Amino acid sequence: MKKIIKITISVFFIFILVVFYLSLNRSSNYDTENLVGIKLSKIKLESFESNKYFTNENLKKNNYTLINFWASWCAPCRIEHPLLMQLSKEANLKILGVNFKDKKNNALNFLNNLGNPYHYLAKDDQGKQSIGFGIYGIPESILINKDFVVIKKFIGPLNLEDFDEIKKITNSL
Amino acid sequence: MKFKIILIILLVNIHSISFTNEIINENKIHKNLRCLVCQGQSISDSNSDFAITLKMVVKDLVEQGKSEQEIYNFLSEKYGDWILYKPKLNKGNFLLWALPYIVLVSGGLIIVFLIRKRTEKS
Repeated sequence: MKKIIKITISVFFIFILVVFYLSLNRSSNYDTENLVGIKLSKIKLESFESNKYFTNENLKKNNYTLINFWASWCAPCRIEHPLLMQLSKEANLKILGVNFKDKKNNALNFLNNLGNPYHYLAKDDQGKQSIGFGIYGIPESILINKDFVVIKKFIGPLNLEDFDEIKKITNSL
Repeated sequence: MKFKIILIILLVNIHSISFTNEIINENKIHKNLRCLVCQGQSISDSNSDFAITLKMVVKDLVEQGKSEQEIYNFLSEKYGDWILYKPKLNKGNFLLWALPYIVLVSGGLIIVFLIRKRTEKS
């Protein structure tokens, strides 16, 4: 009996050590790995300039759509902007910009000064619509295909590596 | 014996029986939602921009008549199970849910075994 108790206690301690080892080595940061492959079947975003809405109907003709969440008050958005300007010239890609919790005048000034890379421009004054896209800060970008399936999600400003990856994916058609 | 079993089942389930038609408590939902931009805080404890927006979305969903579980499903679909402090049972967290019961049953068996052995000796 004593032997069984010893073995049980040893197994229990080994189990705890394994759990600690695995947990401490695991990143506790939020990642979007499990969001890739999900279909965005109910896209509905209010247009920046009118009371209309952009829905899946508007985007279904695009081979790829990059949904970019941005604001004029967001400094990292300025950093990624030149890359968006270059991506806007890609043949298989359309960019849907979502102006996030911003003032209309400031957003327009931002686009006038830095250029407008967006084929579609939407707004999310309160940030509530962005929750439907799993956004928790800006800038964030979501690359979807013709079937509205998430190919990749980019948290933070797009960098050169992301830029090349987007180009590679969209040119693979 | 049957009466005792029924009584135990009733006592164990009394909570769920009494609150079946409970009005959805937004604060309870807030406490189960992780603030993704904070360090170890639920959105109930946080006043961050993200937490405030998420509270507004929860309010909207409750007003639309969504159940607590539907709200969790909606948000875990968008952010993954990481957003829930109490995630659903799945392959990845099966052990986490089952371990307390396994330990409880094993402990009980060991105690029964020891008591039997002692009575046999005496």
